[in-house]
Amino acid sequence: MNFPAELQYSQSHEWTRTEDGVAVIGISDFAQDALGDVVFVNLPEVGDEVTAGEPFGDVESVKAVSDLVSPVSGTVCAVNEDLLDSPELLNQDPYGTWIIQVEDVTATEELLDAEAYEALCATEG
Amino acid sequence: MKLIFEKSVPGRHCDLLPRCDVETVELPESLRRDAAPALPELSEVDLSRHYTELNRQVHGVNCGFYPLGSCTMKYNPRIDEDMAALPGFTGVHPLAPARTTVGCRRVLDTARSYLCEITGMDDMTFQPAAGAHGEFTGVLLIKQYHDARGDRARTKIIVPDSAHGTNPATAAMCGYQVVNIPSAPDGCVDLAALQAALGPDTAGLMLTNPNTVGIFDENILEITRLVHEAGGLCYYDGANLNAVMGVVRPGDMGFDCIHLNLHKTFATPHGGGGPGAGAVGCKDFLRDFLPRSALMDGPGRLQVRSFAGNFLVVVKALAYLMTLGRQGVPEAAQNAVLNANYLMRAIQGTFEPAFDRTCMHEFVLDLSAYKKDTGVSALDVAKSLIDHGMHPPTMYFPLIVHEALMLEPTETESKETLDWAAEVFRQLYALGYQDPAYMQAAPHNTPIGRPDEVQAARHPVVRWQKS
Amino acid sequence: MSYVPSTPAQRQEMLRAVGMQNYRDLYRDVPERMLLDRPLDIPDGMSELEVSRAVSAMAAENTAFPTVLRGAGAYDHYIPGIVRSVTSKEEFLTAYTPYQAEMSQGVLQSIFEYQTMICELTGMDVSNASVYDGATAAAEAAAMCRDRKRRVTLISAAAHPDVINTVRTYCYGTGDELRIVPMKDGLTDTDALREMLTEDVASFYLQQPNFFGQFEDAEALGALVHGAGAMYVMGCNPIALGIMKTPAACGADVAVGEGQPLGMPLGYGGPYLGFMATTAKHMRKLPGRIVGETADHDGRRAYVLSLQAREQHIRREKASSNICSNQALCALTAGVYLAAMGPEGLAEAARQSMAKAHFLCRGLTAIEGVDLVYTGAFFHEFVTTLPRQEEVLAALERGGILGGLPVDGGVLWCATEKVSRDELLNAVRIVKEVLAK
Repeated sequence: MNFPAELQYSQSHEWTRTEDGVAVIGISDFAQDALGDVVFVNLPEVGDEVTAGEPFGDVESVKAVSDLVSPVSGTVCAVNEDLLDSPELLNQDPYGTWIIQVEDVTATEELLDAEAYEALCATEG
Repeated sequence: MKLIFEKSVPGRHCDLLPRCDVETVELPESLRRDAAPALPELSEVDLSRHYTELNRQVHGVNCGFYPLGSCTMKYNPRIDEDMAALPGFTGVHPLAPARTTVGCRRVLDTARSYLCEITGMDDMTFQPAAGAHGEFTGVLLIKQYHDARGDRARTKIIVPDSAHGTNPATAAMCGYQVVNIPSAPDGCVDLAALQAALGPDTAGLMLTNPNTVGIFDENILEITRLVHEAGGLCYYDGANLNAVMGVVRPGDMGFDCIHLNLHKTFATPHGGGGPGAGAVGCKDFLRDFLPRSALMDGPGRLQVRSFAGNFLVVVKALAYLMTLGRQGVPEAAQNAVLNANYLMRAIQGTFEPAFDRTCMHEFVLDLSAYKKDTGVSALDVAKSLIDHGMHPPTMYFPLIVHEALMLEPTETESKETLDWAAEVFRQLYALGYQDPAYMQAAPHNTPIGRPDEVQAARHPVVRWQKS
Repeated sequence: MSYVPSTPAQRQEMLRAVGMQNYRDLYRDVPERMLLDRPLDIPDGMSELEVSRAVSAMAAENTAFPTVLRGAGAYDHYIPGIVRSVTSKEEFLTAYTPYQAEMSQGVLQSIFEYQTMICELTGMDVSNASVYDGATAAAEAAAMCRDRKRRVTLISAAAHPDVINTVRTYCYGTGDELRIVPMKDGLTDTDALREMLTEDVASFYLQQPNFFGQFEDAEALGALVHGAGAMYVMGCNPIALGIMKTPAACGADVAVGEGQPLGMPLGYGGPYLGFMATTAKHMRKLPGRIVGETADHDGRRAYVLSLQAREQHIRREKASSNICSNQALCALTAGVYLAAMGPEGLAEAARQSMAKAHFLCRGLTAIEGVDLVYTGAFFHEFVTTLPRQEEVLAALERGGILGGLPVDGGVLWCATEKVSRDELLNAVRIVKEVLAK
């Protein structure tokens, strides 16, 4: 299990990093492992408002579905459309595969650093 | 196996209709379709063989043991089929004048009176087409009741976390917020959790009893009392009625409305996933909220589908009920419970029950320890059963038991079948320690092996295309 | 009689094996005061022969009409012999939902074939494995079209009354609004629809041909709906689709309908079949079961229940529908029916139904006092005025004919390929005789 130090993590297993004021969001290695083979990602549209702590979409595996919870509040400025045809990217490279990007960030959930997140995963695993 | 489209030969057909004996009329050109639909073109013998071939790759209750928990796969008597096929029923138009449909209404009235007596309800509708549809209808009764009283503060339906997924989905379809309450370890309602969830916003509670792990909740009177005290109504999910029919009545447990699965408890066949019939019963004070057909009965009531429901399924259930009668109904329930307990004890010592106590009509095996020891999962055991000609039990339900296999033998299996089934389970238990890889690759004797469900969901192919 | 095979001696043996004396012990968790302390108040059980006699006597209390000139949502078409023979096969009949794909390929493949046939009929990309009936299909379609901003459902007043009322009921459930688009001269009022297509409208439902048998201008209405950013749902008669422009060609986003005409008997209203199909774009919003093609580990073609993450057993309260079962045996029925008819047979059934309805219409409207109420192009149903309605319909009944259905403004008649020229002439003669008196 991999926990890159340069990222921040939410309790609900999303990761985020900020690039030029834009929050880039994906799901963690732990999350993709727990879900199993991802078969579909329900994405928001560019321009949609997201709220910290609220779902912005969901990921489906064959026998489960899990909400994607936004770690930040703001406006969606990009969605990763590669995921529509290749949802397996989330399994293959969870940290190299972002899901959405959010700009005009007004609020951020309380986030964990890699060490704290790794400890959280240890209790849930 | 070839698809029916792959057997099609242009120009081939069945001779079914006479030549038109009146003047033809042309459809205006703007209304015509561009090209004929690509339906298969076959002779009758092609059709007969195609469907016979398909039918060979189906496991029905007639093929062998089918202990699929919560589905009540009892034997479907053939006389019931004959009755539902009588031209005096099949040929009746739902909108024919009432004086010409006396027999159909007698069927519905008779079935209603028997089922109300069995459930302790005062009235019943047969409009819902299935169990989930019955749930929807039942929760709409609750909604209408509160609305008619002007009580709009009741926005929540309480559902135990051991419930079937249709319960919360139904509550949501009726505009309610779902309050999931944790179950006690035995799947019964945690009274403290229930009390904490109850309040002036409670519209009702949805509950199965016996519950989804096959245990009768002995606190049921207390549960329904608490809900009523809070001003909510109690909905009985009749999925597990087969354990108690003729022995205990949901009406006497304090429930206000119920649905029955005629296709489980009352022996009508499942048809590969339908049609069923989800009769909904209620106490007198909810009677005026039962659905009706706008066209058959006039406007003013809600309705959940067209006409009077799956009438021919009700005919089958009635024929079954008439066969069983007052002695046969409890006899069926008692033997369903006896068979489940007998099979559970016969398997015990290898695969262990999740709850070591008397069960009702079904029981849950917990394979988590076994999986840890052998690496063989509940899924692998289920797939291995297929090689023995047995339909697997329900897998991974209820969600509160890990590596669950839920077995419901029903009353229509003999002691010999149960002894054989127990022996198969014991053999597989041992095999898991000797050759886990073999079980993990099961089934071995079927037309296909385990299908790739990930591929099916990632890149859906949901229709045939001419290549 | 309870179909319990174990003998009394075996039952005792089994009770002992689980450490119990009697049946009461099995119910030890049930509080004593709750047990039913009396026999059920229903009759004694009966032998198979007695049941057969009793139920047959009920069937005999119904009137069987050799000639049916009534439709209104339930149609008396010819059912090929092969249909009943296939659907009576015990395996198809008694199997459960095909959750275990390895021992259910027959059911799964039959549904996959059904889905393909529905796509062919409607021109849509993807069909589900069926829902309960045409009315619930319409209600489910309305639900799948809603999003956060657009919640209102519009339905044509010229749709089947049971469909309208069922959609109304489902809307009542979720607390969403249903607005009925009025009718003008037997057709959906285009101007009214244009006015009603506000920003909060999620979808508009049109029935084609409509409840009164009239062909709507489905393409033009669809263009209006799309112009307003709403989704377009069409409910179509599946026999008419043998010759009629497909909902896909009319721009529909969702195509639904009552599948009963595809080989199911009238049966006093059920079981019937709701078919439901949509475009590739909306595939994952489609409720109900869907069978997909895949392969097993050896690369053999295989079918499975697919896209299950949409469904209630996984999404629970977040599912858009609670539907669990489909009408699998009815879907099989429709599949066998369509395969037996073939493209040409289905078109012939449609053409003959239409021809016979027009023949009946000409015969009836030649009678003084009987006039067409709506004069647009129609398929196999039409409304006429009818003086002394009850008397005429009673006379037809005595002649073994189920006449048209009384509706607002007259009587709704229907004819299918099943009625012969002679039967139609006989019906017209009876009406004429009564009205001549």
